[in-house]
Amino acid sequence: MAKAPAKAAQTTAPDKLPNTPSASKEDLLRYYREMVLIRRFEERAGQLYGMGLIGGFCHLYIGQEAVAVGVQESVKQGHDKIITGYRDHGHMLAAGMDPKEVMAELTGRIGGSSKGKGGSMHMFDVPTGFYGGHGIVGAQVALGTGLAFAGKYRGDDSVAFVYFGDGASNQGQVYESFNMAQLWKLPAIYIIENNQYAMGTSIERSSSTTQLSQRGASFGIPGEQVDGMDVLAVRDAVKKAVERARAGEGPYILEVKTYRYRGHSMSDPAKYRTKEEVDEVKKTRDPIDHVKTLLAAANATEDELKAIDNEIKAIVAEAVQFAQESPEPDPSELYTDVYVEA
Amino acid sequence: MTDILMPALSPTMEEGTLTKWHIKAGDTVSAGQVIAEIETDKATMEVEAVDEGEVLEILVAEGSENVKVNTPIARLAGEDGAAAPAPKAESDKAQADAPTATAEGKTGDPEKAPTQTASPKVELRDPEIPADAKLVKTTIRDALRDAMAEEMRRDDKVFLIGEEVAQYQGAYKVSRELLQEFGDQRVVDTPITEHGFAGLGVGAAMAGLKPIVEFMTFNFAMQAIDHIINSAAKTLYMSGGQIRAPIVFRGPNGAASRVGAQHSQDYSAWYAQVPGLKVIAPYDAADAKGLLKAAIRDPNPVVFLEHEMMYGLEFDVPEVEDYVVPIGKAKVRREGKDVTITAHSRMVGFALQAAEKLAEEGVECEVVDLRTLRPLDHETIVESVKKTSRLVSAEEGWGPMGVGAEVVARVIEHAFDYLDAPPLRVHQEDVPLPYAANLEALSLPGVDKIIAAVKQVMA
Repeated sequence: MAKAPAKAAQTTAPDKLPNTPSASKEDLLRYYREMVLIRRFEERAGQLYGMGLIGGFCHLYIGQEAVAVGVQESVKQGHDKIITGYRDHGHMLAAGMDPKEVMAELTGRIGGSSKGKGGSMHMFDVPTGFYGGHGIVGAQVALGTGLAFAGKYRGDDSVAFVYFGDGASNQGQVYESFNMAQLWKLPAIYIIENNQYAMGTSIERSSSTTQLSQRGASFGIPGEQVDGMDVLAVRDAVKKAVERARAGEGPYILEVKTYRYRGHSMSDPAKYRTKEEVDEVKKTRDPIDHVKTLLAAANATEDELKAIDNEIKAIVAEAVQFAQESPEPDPSELYTDVYVEA
Repeated sequence: MTDILMPALSPTMEEGTLTKWHIKAGDTVSAGQVIAEIETDKATMEVEAVDEGEVLEILVAEGSENVKVNTPIARLAGEDGAAAPAPKAESDKAQADAPTATAEGKTGDPEKAPTQTASPKVELRDPEIPADAKLVKTTIRDALRDAMAEEMRRDDKVFLIGEEVAQYQGAYKVSRELLQEFGDQRVVDTPITEHGFAGLGVGAAMAGLKPIVEFMTFNFAMQAIDHIINSAAKTLYMSGGQIRAPIVFRGPNGAASRVGAQHSQDYSAWYAQVPGLKVIAPYDAADAKGLLKAAIRDPNPVVFLEHEMMYGLEFDVPEVEDYVVPIGKAKVRREGKDVTITAHSRMVGFALQAAEKLAEEGVECEVVDLRTLRPLDHETIVESVKKTSRLVSAEEGWGPMGVGAEVVARVIEHAFDYLDAPPLRVHQEDVPLPYAANLEALSLPGVDKIIAAVKQVMA
């Protein structure tokens, strides 16, 4: 085969090929910053849990950062709605919630986003469109379908981003929701974060079919698989699905293949998978390393990354300090927020 | 300089064995690096570093047993000034260990904490009905329909969703002609999918709409009860007051006629136990209308329990504009001096019939229609019992842990010294409702059982 014409080779840089996702250096730095924020925040949360400052259950998002950050690129803040399950810290930070309020909620303090009454699994923030934070596996799918219903009812072109996991994808209400969403062409983007383990049960052991992107097929909902360790792949897949939903074409399923580095919760030793498996993912597929590689190609300097690292370190340190200094809720809060006073 | 502390790896862990160090003094660690292994009674876990820097010293040797949580186990030199200061675990941990002491210290007697049973500050009154207001004979079915239609005209955020509510005009014709007036955007037929459409309704309510979710019967709402309780009732609290769920769950509740155990359960007590919900069970058409309008306007989730056997019954409804009955107020339906009978929904009618017959024998019963089960208007009940000194509660559901059990408990707490006889509860027999006509009749409470109970407390 003859060489390609010199002219064409000059105008088509590798990152500009039609099917290769691209991002400006500025975008990449933003993704890097958001992902590092989530990772450092979660590491600190794990540490505070270890010190007994965070109680109950604590499900960390480490390893899955590219998903929430990639999705957020399509969210119109304050207009669209986001809802998820209990592994929710990453989604909240990506949505723009204040890390101080999130960390203080984890420590059960009055400065927390739910005044300390919700905890890790139950946080909400209307200004950023974050509707929780739900502890019952799969419940957020029906609720999120209702958020989409409200958007369509109002005719405001808003979209609901509904996150759930491979575990939730076996709940019956997911399919009840799919059916109604497609029947009524609701603007719901179903994001299945397939991290391959529903608590300790691998997807192969729990699911008769493991192609979760096809779970909407019998309802006529299209779906696709996305590399959840690649923030650009997530960003671009979500963008297409959102354009479709805003145009009134109905729901879409994105099965985002990802991996959580930590156990299901803090008290999970993760015996159901090998250390080698985890190490291999960390070494070869880490979503933050991936962005670093892209940044190097985009001529970002070590100093630029270091500046972001230091900024995040300070933000997280401030959140930790706030979460310890904010007082516990006053006993008078015990009986507030049970009812809205009419 | 930062100390690495012995972590708690579960909510209950107090100490553990430091089985292995992966680092030694002089090493440089980075965040996320596995530095040690710790064994608890449940599992062996890896510990990852959170801070970066050079290891100055290992403080607890490999193999040490019974290392208490939060003991410093190693010391790092901070990498630079931006590193977080070591969190002050000790004082906070002490607080966490003694939460009750803290709470008691601040509140004093926990009994004095404000509770749902505290006296309401606002006097709740039924709307004044002008003397010249026309009373219109209306079925409960139409009273409910009128309530929904009026509220849908008033507020375009109100919509009705459920099985057969639109084209079929309602399985019990409660939504008759609503589709014609409001269109299919606001009167929405669903698939048979209770769990799904209840959750969808709660989500829409969280987003600011005001759904009325109709269950063809509350027996089917058991498929959806997770969303009624976990999603609707608890979210305001769990969100620190940020997220509201203004939604009405309504439909027939309790026994119909010969439909067997799975279609005949009374859920009054189930929902009335849940903080965050309001629970209404009206008796007549005026209350059905006025309370449903109040429920639709209420900013909280409301469970509205209707009765299939009552839909076709006619009662007077005052023809006044915007007839809204306050939630949380019982109604004395008949005054009497000898015994108080409490009842709700269909049982109110049986209680009134029993009172009529007992009056012929010279026993004057006071019939208190509870109307709202949560919040329960125990003041009206207690005031009545202070007058009569005797109590019979009547409900269609099972007795154990039931509405009557709660009514009796409140009366004993607040009017024990006034009682002249042990209170009695009338309720369904403690069996799944049988199909056979004779057994069904034996199982359900009615006029005769109420009369027998009244005679017993009068004896």
